[in-house]
Amino acid sequence: MISRRRLLKTAAATGFVTSTGGLAMPALAQGATIKIGYVSPQTGPLAGFAEADAFTIDMFNKVMAEQGVAVEVIVKDSQSNPNRAADVANELIVSDGINLMLVASTPETTNPVATVCEGEGMPVISTMAPWQPFFIGQQGNPGDPASWKPFDYAYHYFWGLEDVIAVFTNMWNQLDTNKQVGGLFPNDADGNAWGDPNVGVAPGFSAAGYTTSDPGRYQNLTDDFSAQINAFKAASCDIITGVVIPPDFTTFRNQAIQQGLSPKAITVAKAILFPQSVETLGEAGHNLSSEVWWSAQHPFTSSLTGESAMDLANGFTAATNRPWTQPIGFIHSLFEMAADVMKRAADPTNADDLVTAIRATSLETMVGKVAFDGANLPPFAAQNVCKTPLVGGQWRRKDDGTFDLVIVDNATAPAIPAAGKMEALA
Amino acid sequence: MIWLDTIVQGILLGGLYALFAAGLSLVFGIMRLVNLAHGDLIVMGAYLILTIVSVLGINPFLAALIAMPIMFALGWLLQRVVLNRVLGPDILPPLLVTFGLSIVLQNALLEGFSADSQRIGAGLLETASWNLGPVTVGIMPVLTFASAILVIVGLNQLFYRTSLGRAFRATSDDPVTASLMGIKPAGVFAMATGIAMIVVTIAALYLGMRANFDPTIGPARLIYAFEAVIIGGLGSLWGTLAGGIIIGVAQTLGAAVSPEWQILAGHVAFLVVLLIKPRGLFPRAYD
Repeated sequence: MISRRRLLKTAAATGFVTSTGGLAMPALAQGATIKIGYVSPQTGPLAGFAEADAFTIDMFNKVMAEQGVAVEVIVKDSQSNPNRAADVANELIVSDGINLMLVASTPETTNPVATVCEGEGMPVISTMAPWQPFFIGQQGNPGDPASWKPFDYAYHYFWGLEDVIAVFTNMWNQLDTNKQVGGLFPNDADGNAWGDPNVGVAPGFSAAGYTTSDPGRYQNLTDDFSAQINAFKAASCDIITGVVIPPDFTTFRNQAIQQGLSPKAITVAKAILFPQSVETLGEAGHNLSSEVWWSAQHPFTSSLTGESAMDLANGFTAATNRPWTQPIGFIHSLFEMAADVMKRAADPTNADDLVTAIRATSLETMVGKVAFDGANLPPFAAQNVCKTPLVGGQWRRKDDGTFDLVIVDNATAPAIPAAGKMEALA
Repeated sequence: MIWLDTIVQGILLGGLYALFAAGLSLVFGIMRLVNLAHGDLIVMGAYLILTIVSVLGINPFLAALIAMPIMFALGWLLQRVVLNRVLGPDILPPLLVTFGLSIVLQNALLEGFSADSQRIGAGLLETASWNLGPVTVGIMPVLTFASAILVIVGLNQLFYRTSLGRAFRATSDDPVTASLMGIKPAGVFAMATGIAMIVVTIAALYLGMRANFDPTIGPARLIYAFEAVIIGGLGSLWGTLAGGIIIGVAQTLGAAVSPEWQILAGHVAFLVVLLIKPRGLFPRAYD
């Protein structure tokens, strides 16, 4: 609905943009540098998500130089703080005069940046946050679906809670269990979204025949899980799930073993995302399962360098002497998106041309196909969200104490090869 | 037997809180210095132990023994070079300095050790437990609790049986009169911080063996440590242990009702104690 006031405002704004555009025209001749802003949590608790930043941007600059595209990436650190993320996003738009914003890594980073960009009319491509917290979390009233509006400038690709539910239940279906699930949901954005009795994971689990016992939200960095352990014992849970931060998961896992709670499957998000966190568990990390959004075995190639997922993972390990992690593929794909959109836009320094290009995206990336065609999405999110494939994996401990992530369930994305079967915990 | 189990787990949890709080209590009791960097110093200690373990390949308990003199020296220098300069009638400068130190430490650790979750491996000890009939207790929590008691017994011996302890108590009561008697408060404070850092090393050992740590994890436990110190009363180390246990038991009892009550129950217990005894349970000094 366009009100009189909005029409006047838009007309004034477009008039202003056209006139300044006309004035600036000579400077924007062929080969003018396109500025890309990138907000990422390089320090603070989320820093693990950003460890491939420098590696990826080096690659991007090299490829762009080879192709003769003048582009400058300006990186700002969110310090894992949502307020800081919004501040630096503003800085990038106002002081640095960027043409396109990229953002990644958890709703704490993507949401404030996308909100600022939407307000400022800056096209933004976002990833690595389940789409519900991204889309619904930015709505004026998250509780009222009727009031939800699509965004004009914010575009996001990742998976959603419905995919996690499907992947988790598919993995559990491979085991012989009593279908009693214990849930560990902390009092934070993820925990509240997952643990919500109406729109969280529990209704999805129950549709697949699993009963969830949820003792309630707990505070992150808890030193004692005896209440949850007693509740799970009372409900004789064969399966433990949740979205737990790494230190709490270690505390829980150790206390559960001390107290004699021995489930057949522990499938958690977040805590065992990084191999470093799993290694800290030692023996107790063997056969823990989790959702997998990207791995070195994914059958995808880069549209920028032509590398396979395995090449990218090996390249990262060779350059940094660190094992590959799931975010590497997504950070890579974010810059693939940027390059693709810039090339297709009629004028890559014009926000609306960029948005047109983003909407028309149909690109095979390092993480699968990205196209904002609304496939497998409810109508309200169809315009702004694209889903990438999600599968299930298990960590297998090797003799030298390191771990391999083995894909054990690909029913949700058969193109991604499974390398094993789900195994019960010892 | 769920109530008995809940209370036992709460007492053991209290031991952990008391261990985190003991160093804080010592420094706070002697020089009224609220060290906001205490949690980050514990994390730094954990990284030091981890480094020694991975370089020398020795048992973490031995590594902690090696770390202790290093941490003592760091504490002594910290007090001499930095904190003594800001101690005075105004309580704000030391508060701000330790707040700044907390941020500096977190980011220095992030630079040096990256954001990876780390853990001091303790092998089978991590998950071993004793079955005591109605309750099962983990060996690690029991060791933590025993260490908390040993630390407090040790510190009490130091306080009441040595000339250094006499100097501590005298400076705590009245620094001006103490310096008339030939005690240099600056030196006493430096010793106190050094000893507090030894306690910090022991806390760091258990923090690192119990669960993962990363550079930013320090401040989270500070609030329980503060509450334990305040409940126990200024300058009383046994009070700090009692305070830790009260918070620990309140938390596990709250959590047994619903995990949502866990943290709140601890804070409520803290407020109730303050309502009944505003100076804490066993205050040694009055000021």
